[in-house]
Amino acid sequence: MNINQLIKFRGKLTDEKGDSSPVVISTRVRLARNLEKYPFPGWAKKSQKREILSSCLNAVGKLAEMENGASLAIEELDDLEKQILMERRLISRELMGCKEGAGVCISRNQSLSVMVNEEDHLRIQLVEGGFHFNDLWDVVNAVDSNLEKELIYAFSRDLGYLTACPTNVGTGLRCSAMMHLPGLVLSNQMEKVVRAVNQLGIAVRGLFGEGSDASGSIFQISNQQTLGESEEEILTRLQNVLTSLLEQEKNARLVLLEKEPLKLFDKIGRAFGILNNSHLLSSAEAMKLLSFLRLATDLEILPGKFRRMVDRILIESQPGHIQYAFGGKGTPAERDEYRAWFIREQISTLPILNFDKLK
Amino acid sequence: MGELIHCQVCQEAATVHLTQIANNKIHKVHLCENCAQSKGMTDPDLFSLEDLFSPTSGFGLEESTADNSIVCKRCGLSSRDFKRHGRFGCPDCYEYLNPLILPMLANMHKSDSHKGKIPHRSIDSLQVSKRVRDLEEELSTAVKEERYEEAAAYRDEIEKLKASPQKGPDHEA
Ligand SMILES: [Zn+2]
Ligand SMILES: [Zn+2]
Repeated sequence: MNINQLIKFRGKLTDEKGDSSPVVISTRVRLARNLEKYPFPGWAKKSQKREILSSCLNAVGKLAEMENGASLAIEELDDLEKQILMERRLISRELMGCKEGAGVCISRNQSLSVMVNEEDHLRIQLVEGGFHFNDLWDVVNAVDSNLEKELIYAFSRDLGYLTACPTNVGTGLRCSAMMHLPGLVLSNQMEKVVRAVNQLGIAVRGLFGEGSDASGSIFQISNQQTLGESEEEILTRLQNVLTSLLEQEKNARLVLLEKEPLKLFDKIGRAFGILNNSHLLSSAEAMKLLSFLRLATDLEILPGKFRRMVDRILIESQPGHIQYAFGGKGTPAERDEYRAWFIREQISTLPILNFDKLK
Repeated sequence: MGELIHCQVCQEAATVHLTQIANNKIHKVHLCENCAQSKGMTDPDLFSLEDLFSPTSGFGLEESTADNSIVCKRCGLSSRDFKRHGRFGCPDCYEYLNPLILPMLANMHKSDSHKGKIPHRSIDSLQVSKRVRDLEEELSTAVKEERYEEAAAYRDEIEKLKASPQKGPDHEA
């Protein structure tokens, strides 16, 4: 599969077949690994990076999960292609900036990706819609065990898997969930929640700016500590925090529905109205409005089966995707026009909003 | 609902809250979205010590001359390089720069020793040494509780394991 086919195909996050759940949009599990034989990418010579790339791509290419996947050299991709991979969460922003010797292998279903010569020699990551840490960990763990048959990892008995940055040493495991928390944002509880969660060694990032409903209310929540706890302990602890956040969010929504239902209905109704009728839409505004559409599917104001579609549009209306669909060019205004048209088209199949059940 | 936290750079409302490690101590960093973005700290994977340690970040590590002399004998990275980039040069840096790293790791993580997955290649030797340690614990409990027959069995097994050729690489039992 080449880059054009990959971009054309829908992946695990956008194919609308996979799982979706209210609040937890997607989960991701990632492992950092390095080869014993070489300096870390940031300190390695160009020639060493080429060797690392070829031995890693060779090993990764043998994985059953990578059958009919794509194996890409970063320096051969243009900026727009890299941007799209980033928006699909298949590569990191850091990898976009890497030149010589950086690469990525992506599975056909665009769920598993292995980055080579990012900050570490290998970054193995798996992403899926819904709340699925244990399943994801099982797959990533098996992939890692298979790679280990081909590659000799840098490992120390005391410190575990050795990584370029000390924040990843030990298990090299970073798990994150993309959470949709409009209830907590609208009831001004995010600040408090972030502080409480930080105390537990869990990081919270607003994806599109935090704290106001202009953000899309989407947050990425991940473990910060990787050393001194086993993978299972890390997963359990993070899942406990996420489960508690999920409960708090559900609770906040119930309180809003009870105390200020009209305020909530109004926001959802206006979002639907603008998305159906606008002719210029920036990606920030699209994000904010689509967030309310997602909330509508959770509250059964729209049928729940459309939640996956909203999640797909959230990804496909990001700047890189719009620019690509527009043919790679265009002024910002032309792209905003295209985005508005694209979303109008996409949501034209939705039924009208039904608030009756909640009244 | 607590008080508003201000960005440490520009005093806007802070929305990005990070735990930063510098001088072997944990500091909380609060930034607004703009400042966080300009420092490349909005992507969790990008949370880079480099940004935090760089002189322009405003949270730079103090230059102390005493421990800048430590150098990794394999890759040549010095403790000064590490403080500047926030990244190590090679796997052996963890060994050569150990005095600098250990206190930092203990602050940053749950502890300074690995728990969890072990590569297969290391598993045999590591499992033996771990088994020995476990048995030694069992042994001392058995002795304390005057279960001498079991204690003898533990002792035999320990001796057998220690005599076997596959020993832990650096086990100091
Ligand atoms: Zn600021
Ligand atoms: Zn080194």
